[in-house]
Amino acid sequence: MMCQRGLTMRYMMLIYTRERAAEMSASERADIYDRHSKVIADASAKGIFLGAEPLGRTTTATTVRVENGQTLITDGPFAETKEALAGYYILECPNLDEALEWAARIPTGSKGAGGCIEVRPMPGLPKRPEAVPEHGPSALA
Amino acid sequence: MARAPSPDPRQAAESVFRRESGQILASLIRISGSFDRAEEALQEALASALASWPGRGVPENPGAWIMTVAHRKLLDGLRRERTAREKQDSLLYETATAVPPPDPDLDEAGMSYPDDRLRLMFTCCHPALNREAQVALTLRTLGGLSTPEIARAFLVPEATLAQRIVRAKRKIQEAGIPFEVPPADRLQERLASVQAVIYLIFNEGYAASAGSGLLREDLCAEAIRLGRVLCDLLPREAENLGLLALMLLHHSRRTARMAGGALVTLEEQDRSQWDHTAIAEGLALVENALGMGPAAGQAGAYQLQAAVAALHAQAATPGQTDWPQIAALYGRLLERQASPVVALNHAVAVAMSVGIEEGLARIDRLGAAGTLDSYYLFHAARADLLRRLGRNREAAPAYRQAAALATNGVEKNFLERRLREVEGAGGLPRSSTA
Repeated sequence: MMCQRGLTMRYMMLIYTRERAAEMSASERADIYDRHSKVIADASAKGIFLGAEPLGRTTTATTVRVENGQTLITDGPFAETKEALAGYYILECPNLDEALEWAARIPTGSKGAGGCIEVRPMPGLPKRPEAVPEHGPSALA
Repeated sequence: MARAPSPDPRQAAESVFRRESGQILASLIRISGSFDRAEEALQEALASALASWPGRGVPENPGAWIMTVAHRKLLDGLRRERTAREKQDSLLYETATAVPPPDPDLDEAGMSYPDDRLRLMFTCCHPALNREAQVALTLRTLGGLSTPEIARAFLVPEATLAQRIVRAKRKIQEAGIPFEVPPADRLQERLASVQAVIYLIFNEGYAASAGSGLLREDLCAEAIRLGRVLCDLLPREAENLGLLALMLLHHSRRTARMAGGALVTLEEQDRSQWDHTAIAEGLALVENALGMGPAAGQAGAYQLQAAVAALHAQAATPGQTDWPQIAALYGRLLERQASPVVALNHAVAVAMSVGIEEGLARIDRLGAAGTLDSYYLFHAARADLLRRLGRNREAAPAYRQAAALATNGVEKNFLERRLREVEGAGGLPRSSTA
């Protein structure tokens, strides 16, 4: 009712889990696959699905950092015991409550793996800030 | 010098603000979809009232007058902004349905606006906001307290509190927290959050504190007012009645529980000083609430605690307290929320009904788990039972530990007073117990 005029927001749902896929049985992996498929199918049917992808494991991650014009490349970071970013969804929802409801349906790992979903609004690219001419304090007077 | 007309316009404006700003603000937020715009419009309308009422007299329905003017200021502002920035209306929730405001000079008494406070409560207490933000925002928007008043009551710097409110409002806007009453399947869970915020505000005010006594009283009064609003808006929720009853029954003892800045225990209070109007209202609410639940055994936590408070309120003397019934109620509460604190209360009620030794044995069993080691009331309760048994030599270290853990100055003083008593009395047994 509040958003009858097509006012929606894009939300990114970041999936954090422990990287334990190797320890999962085939039937557990199949279950997770099916649950993702269902969320994607339902969201697509509602016309709110904007994308979802898994990410490669943190062992395949590479970090790039530019410092003083030098590009530093390092291996990792690795998740070790903590939960790591494993994938994302982007859905278009009228408000946070609906986004949270979708988020609760996204599987975060097998039984023991726990995991959670971080929901963030995507405000879109901001306008390029107008360059403010620099004046001394006296200009304010 | 001009004589102030009666009623005094400034006073009238201020009293409308305290009483009705929550409802007006809620409505303005629904229309504009923005806390900031709504607050700005309300401030402008108040300024208009202060400018116009002294000359023209206070209107018959000042609340409706302010609402109408604020509504118009809001739409003027939105229109200005829209022309200035064209399609920048993405912040609006539903301008399409916004009704053009009527002239404030026409029939202001007949105006009525839908009550949007319930939406506002759910938005302010949304679980996506942290508890501190929920409390600050609820008090600021639904209560009649200013930011400096809230800051002083919670003993935080004003800038900290203001920042908390700004951040919460920003999150509501940017994350898209809806301004709605949640659907039936979410209602209970979300209502629990609203109730928790109101009860937290009450407890913050109720905790006996050495300083700012008046502001603390204000917090209790605000919490009770919010509890009333919640009951008015969702009267079929038994826990809403239970919460209001619980607060009223505790609040009825506010005068009796303090004497010369010192804490007076329930047992030692002058019961003639209790607020019997509040008690009567609380008792009626408890009865109503318990009567409307699906089954007596399923009463919620606020109702059960209110029922305990009601039994205390009904006892003309401490000796007439129905401790067996209180123990039974705590037993039921324990089934709902198996927390060590509830278990502690249960053990004390058992001590007072079955026997002090039995209660003490339960407390010692609870203590064995270690989870209550740093909870001052655990040591205070244990000390009290030992004192009642005349085991003063054991009571003293327990009081000492309780006093060391208590953070509230008034409670610390009380425990130290007791400590001196048991130290002075040595090992002499006391004759009477409860």
